[in-house]
Amino acid sequence: MNFFDKDLNQVHEDLVNKKVSAKELTQASIDNIKDHEEALHAFLRINEKEALAAAEKVDEEGIAKDQLLAGIPLAVKDNILTDGITTTAASKMLEHFKPVYDATVIAKLKEQRFINVGKTNLDEFAMGSSTENSAFGPTHNPWNTDYVPGGSSGGSGAAVGAGEVLGALGTDTGGSVRMPGSLNGVVGSKPTYGRVSRYGIVAFGSSFDQVGWLTQNVKDNAYLTSVISGHDEHDMTSSDREVPNFAAGLNDNTNVKGMRIGLPKEYMTDAISPAVRKGIEDAAKLYESLGATVDEVSLPHTEDGIPVYYILATAEASSNLGRYDGIRYGFRAADAKNIDDVYVKTRSEGFGPEVKRRIMLGTFALSAGSYDAYFMKAAKVRRLIANDFVNVFKDHDLIIGPMGTDVAFKLGSETQDPTQMYMNDILSVTANMAGLPSMSVPAGFSKGLPFGMQLIAKPFDEQTMFNAGYVFEQNTDFHKQHPQLGGQN
Amino acid sequence: MANQINEEQVKHVAALAKLEFSDQELPKFTKQLDDIMDLFAQLQKVDTDDVEPMVSPTDLVNVMRDDKAEHASARQIRRMLDNAPDAAAGLIKVPAIIDESGDGE
Repeated sequence: MNFFDKDLNQVHEDLVNKKVSAKELTQASIDNIKDHEEALHAFLRINEKEALAAAEKVDEEGIAKDQLLAGIPLAVKDNILTDGITTTAASKMLEHFKPVYDATVIAKLKEQRFINVGKTNLDEFAMGSSTENSAFGPTHNPWNTDYVPGGSSGGSGAAVGAGEVLGALGTDTGGSVRMPGSLNGVVGSKPTYGRVSRYGIVAFGSSFDQVGWLTQNVKDNAYLTSVISGHDEHDMTSSDREVPNFAAGLNDNTNVKGMRIGLPKEYMTDAISPAVRKGIEDAAKLYESLGATVDEVSLPHTEDGIPVYYILATAEASSNLGRYDGIRYGFRAADAKNIDDVYVKTRSEGFGPEVKRRIMLGTFALSAGSYDAYFMKAAKVRRLIANDFVNVFKDHDLIIGPMGTDVAFKLGSETQDPTQMYMNDILSVTANMAGLPSMSVPAGFSKGLPFGMQLIAKPFDEQTMFNAGYVFEQNTDFHKQHPQLGGQN
Repeated sequence: MANQINEEQVKHVAALAKLEFSDQELPKFTKQLDDIMDLFAQLQKVDTDDVEPMVSPTDLVNVMRDDKAEHASARQIRRMLDNAPDAAAGLIKVPAIIDESGDGE
């Protein structure tokens, strides 16, 4: 079986009515994962034993009508700490690392008795746009296995795209949930910075990182986002704002009447493939026909997003990754003769090329003589990028545009050119810089591969984003098309 | 553009970051970093006079908590030590930090 045809509510009803047990459901999810693993490599670890034991326990305890997540198999990106279950961040550095506590998002899901079926593949330390930077081999796109699934949450994207689970957790520092959402034909969202605790997430760029969900549909995404949101005393940047039940209002009455939507002209340039632009133009017309207004707006500093992001996020990464020193946990190089040797050999042997590149860029940007010209300059342009959004949101409720510049690219086609690889994220990084909620919803196909539409809302106004995404989904059938795995190549 | 960074500078930054690159890796790595620096150079055109730097999107300031130690259980400590590359007697074992092979220079 797969998870294409039923949403979370329907699967939950089947569990409550005992049409299927949690154990059977978990086994079905694991069987589905195993059937595809050779072609996709979406997982770094399948938690078969632990998941089946947890499901059996849920069956014994029973599932009440309001316990929506009890016994539901979901997947977790492998940079999210899971107590007692290896968490590698797809790095040789953490190959055998067994966390001694759960990330807050995992603790919250465990309270709801979810089933963690496995840890998904990613670019090493979430640094990448294709999942090709995993130290344990790339993930493949379920729509065509010659293509990348996007990154860095490519394993989560492929697992949901292949129908192996209803949802999978990802992390998004510059587009890492939303780009795999776009390229695998599923929904991918990142909430407002501060909405979800970052405690227990392997840190990359701490002023950008947020946890988000990849799901089969918008309503499940909205529900799951509510579950993991809220203040956490372990993350001082987590907000104490009240968390709405984002899914509660998504029904036949949800509409976009009177919604003021902006479409930035900088998102519709020649750099975007014609098929994607056409898809977004059609989406704009659809919204207008449903009672929204769509007009052209401007985010003039969009093109500065990539340099700003790759200075600031690498600067933060160079600091965050200083902890991997071979002393307390993780990999330690053999044959070190003195303390400096331990550090240098451990880090040079333990990190892959892209991680080293980013540590170097960040160290350079923060080093004496470069700090003002690079780090401070970028921090100032970050303010200008955030102000662009503030200006548009003075008289708009939502921004729409393409999620990426095109559909997925071929495996291996961009690995030799980091600059080209970085440009893939030109439309996704700015939401992270401003800390805004953003989501990709399936919006079309080109060359047999899916692409998504991006929705960006005001800080802490995820509800508008989910409403607009839900209405789009109800009026289109892109999300109803699924890859034919096994029947291709 | 190009030539924003040379091999000597890359070696210097690598030393700061506790990384090293082989003689084979260095030219390729320098070229890649140089290409990326070209991308960064475009920011110099942006007027940022009187612009406040932005280091975080959060509007929270000085979130305080009690300076209180939380105690780990013996089991947690044992599991933490299991993650150490080397441990003995409840402590993390590290290599000697002074190189003794240089016969007392």
